[in-house]
Amino acid sequence: MYSIVVENLIKKYNHFVAVDNISFKVKRGEIFGFLGANGAGKTTTIKMLCGLLQPTSGNATVAGYDLKKDYKSIKKNIGYMSQRFSLYEDLTLYENMQLFGTVYGIPRKILKERIYESLDSLQMTEKANSLVYSIPLGWKQKLAFATAMLHHPQIVFLDEPTSGVDPIVRREFWNMLYETANKGVTIFVTTHYMDEAEYCEKISMMSDGQLKLIGTPSELKSKMNVDSIAELFQKIVNR
Amino acid sequence: MKAIEIENLNKIYNNRVQALSDVSFYVSEGEVFGLVGPDGGGKSTIFNILATLLLPTSGQASVLSRDVVNDAKIIRQLIGYLPGVFSLYPDLTVEENLIFFATMYKSRIKDNLPLIRPIWKQLVPFKDRRAGKLSGGMKQKLALCCALIHKPALLLLDEPTTGVDPVSRAEFWDILTNIQKQGITVLVSTPYMDEATRCDRIALIQEGKIIKIDTPTNIMEAYRGFLYTIKVENVFSVMEKLKEFDFPCNYYPYGQELHIAFYEAPEIVLQKFCSFLREQNIKFEELSPIQPTIEDCFIELVKLK
Repeated sequence: MYSIVVENLIKKYNHFVAVDNISFKVKRGEIFGFLGANGAGKTTTIKMLCGLLQPTSGNATVAGYDLKKDYKSIKKNIGYMSQRFSLYEDLTLYENMQLFGTVYGIPRKILKERIYESLDSLQMTEKANSLVYSIPLGWKQKLAFATAMLHHPQIVFLDEPTSGVDPIVRREFWNMLYETANKGVTIFVTTHYMDEAEYCEKISMMSDGQLKLIGTPSELKSKMNVDSIAELFQKIVNR
Repeated sequence: MKAIEIENLNKIYNNRVQALSDVSFYVSEGEVFGLVGPDGGGKSTIFNILATLLLPTSGQASVLSRDVVNDAKIIRQLIGYLPGVFSLYPDLTVEENLIFFATMYKSRIKDNLPLIRPIWKQLVPFKDRRAGKLSGGMKQKLALCCALIHKPALLLLDEPTTGVDPVSRAEFWDILTNIQKQGITVLVSTPYMDEATRCDRIALIQEGKIIKIDTPTNIMEAYRGFLYTIKVENVFSVMEKLKEFDFPCNYYPYGQELHIAFYEAPEIVLQKFCSFLREQNIKFEELSPIQPTIEDCFIELVKLK
């Protein structure tokens, strides 16, 4: 069962080919690491998969919906978290969750329950009425993730969620991802931390708009004869 | 000579958020000094004070022997500053941005071109592109060129590599090493622990406090625990099982490995640890002692605090 199926996806801006004919599949409940150099086409691809940008050609299904015909349904069935500014600093923790939950159309009563459940598991219940501004970055990122999960999406897209986060919270964050994936949610994540790439079940590497590699970390390491994903990255990007 | 001297610096925002608590350190002339720690730790506040854009609540700071409060205008002419947020003109082209900054500092591009040539070379193919349309790594390279174009005595780089891919990050540090050779002092901040070893000295910083200052080597040598690594199949599933393991040690995922630090009676706990793994049917390759990285040191310093 696949959550994402991408077939010959191309995105051109005038003469510039940002995404150059990529195809791949992501299994349900998988943690899929989407790696690549700056400017390789990662963000463009994510925007297309989230239904925010139409491809020039090719197609994809996300959560079972067709990218071209059903992009509105895609938006309802995915969660999205960007690296920063995904929460409102001058709203409280509760208000942020309430806002996003309401946007996704969660009925008021259920939403309230879910928010408290979620704050509880984050051990942030006491801070429910504090402004987001006042909590540490690591907490914000965990909260942003929980907020992106409120409407129980099948897939969640995370764009550099741990950028600048301290080493301890970074690991706690990945533990959250691991637990979420175990519940059957597909995790599509980008990162520039190569140790985190090792935590993914599957990774892909983009360079110059093309998908150069895809596989499990151990598969790719033995295939390319390297000891770590960091080395692998060096090899692919420098090519 | 000291390029930067900071003593008991405090910054409180809006009478309630303590961004810096009694921060003191110095940077010698010609040194590459790193402020290493997570975002929100106070790194940018230090930079803003040194760049004379923000007044400290209390304490002293001097840059190139000038006081940041009284001699702000002089300091501004002497330093090159790359702020934590992209601050070039997105609507100007790459070349126009460089010309603008050179002109502001009353210097000419051709005079200092040799200094920036290795970086500028990579930007030349994009010189007519608007700065706002560059990729993240390229933006940072342009910002560095603009900060360097008047050949400052001191370069302040606030998170130049955040969001930059690992290959470009390594390139960036090679560039910094070259800049240092030209006699320029560099204060640089980073949330990436692996970059710490590229600095002469570092200050580990968290929640507005400096938790350690020394050379990277000395910090790694001062590590108190006995650190081991094991390779396991799925780090997080092993972590879950380890919740049952009730002996004093500290373990955490580290890429494809698990790092375990033992403190009290390391041999005994180590033995218990191995038999626990076997009881739980966790497949693992033999435990081996390793040298800690700066990231291991940071984790230790924070956890044992």
